[in-house]
Amino acid sequence: MIEKMTKKFKDTDMQAVIGWILRAGVLVSMSIVFIGGVIYLYRHGHTHVDYSKFVGVPDFVSNPAGIIHGIITLRGRAIIQAGIVLLIATPVIRVVFSAIGFIMERDFLYTGITMLVLLIILASMISGHAG
Amino acid sequence: MSVTILTLIILVGSYLAGLLGSLTGLGGGVVIIPLLTILLGVDIQYAIGASLVSVIATSSGSAAAYVKEGITNIRLGMFLEIATTIGAMVGALIAVYIPTNFIAILFGVILILSAVMSLKKKAEHIHQQKSVLAEKLKLNGSFPTPAGAVPYTVRNVGGGFFMMLFAGVISGLLGIGSGALKVLAMDGIMRIPFKVSTTTSNFMIGVTAAASAVVYLQRGYIDPGLSMPVAIGVLLGALSGSKILVHTSSSGWLRVVFAVVVTFLASQMIYKGITGNI
Repeated sequence: MIEKMTKKFKDTDMQAVIGWILRAGVLVSMSIVFIGGVIYLYRHGHTHVDYSKFVGVPDFVSNPAGIIHGIITLRGRAIIQAGIVLLIATPVIRVVFSAIGFIMERDFLYTGITMLVLLIILASMISGHAG
Repeated sequence: MSVTILTLIILVGSYLAGLLGSLTGLGGGVVIIPLLTILLGVDIQYAIGASLVSVIATSSGSAAAYVKEGITNIRLGMFLEIATTIGAMVGALIAVYIPTNFIAILFGVILILSAVMSLKKKAEHIHQQKSVLAEKLKLNGSFPTPAGAVPYTVRNVGGGFFMMLFAGVISGLLGIGSGALKVLAMDGIMRIPFKVSTTTSNFMIGVTAAASAVVYLQRGYIDPGLSMPVAIGVLLGALSGSKILVHTSSSGWLRVVFAVVVTFLASQMIYKGITGNI
């Protein structure tokens, strides 16, 4: 009975942590996107844009070094892209914290399942880079 | 078109897409891609990238609330995420080799399927049959109601898992949450109560979309100038939608109107795909 109660407590605990991470991740990343958007509009509001042909993204937002340099030099699109990267990372961070939660609950089956999901996302990241 | 004007048009359009997607339960992604491609002439690859970003924002935002209420079955979601992330990775990787007009046609077909599903009557079913696999994987759970916690069991784990692989591929290929397919797997095949199916599906959508977004991010599909108004618009629209949902109980006519609009957009996508005009 006591064991059951501690388990229950930890399950709801994990729910609270996961809920908090998701909320904070969306709030912070979308705020960064918004700030970047304001700068982008201020600097390039009258620039002509055309998205009718796929040509990828500008060089300075296509790699981490370019994005970091862009943030330092206050380039709107680099700041937006940093926010988007953080947004994409939010559900992944949620999975990491789920894994920690399952370890704390001593639920090794689900620790393994969660690790597997993380590995798949990692594989996807690497294969996207190679392709 | 200038950056300011295009941003404002997309912001308003995305807000409406998010609002309608949230009110009908279809999600914003299914409206935003036809809006960008058909009405604004945006290349479908950029549209897919921007939609994917908005999908992560809305699903994470609403999942936060559901998880805290304890309706979401976290173990079930975690287990099925194995299938959806594998599917999403495969979908994003093969997307490069599939002609864009075929992707447009497939999008149209999935869109019509989602619209039909959103009109279906939702019967709440709670089962107590035992499944050995579900027991071993600790998938059975309970959800809170005003009358107390209601326990339920999960059936046909293998069938549901297979359907989730497919849902993941579609999500990765088209840049949508494919919530309709996820609910079909949980509600239709695994016989999970509808409330648990929808919230757990929503919980999984963010991780699924992230698994393909890491591929698209590196391939230049996710353009900041385009994704910014799409993500902000859809997220705000979805937030407004969830506020309205609390106050009104009948959204039957809205579902019909939305289904008609979506079917029209879908046929446009299919037509443009067939004529190679996308």
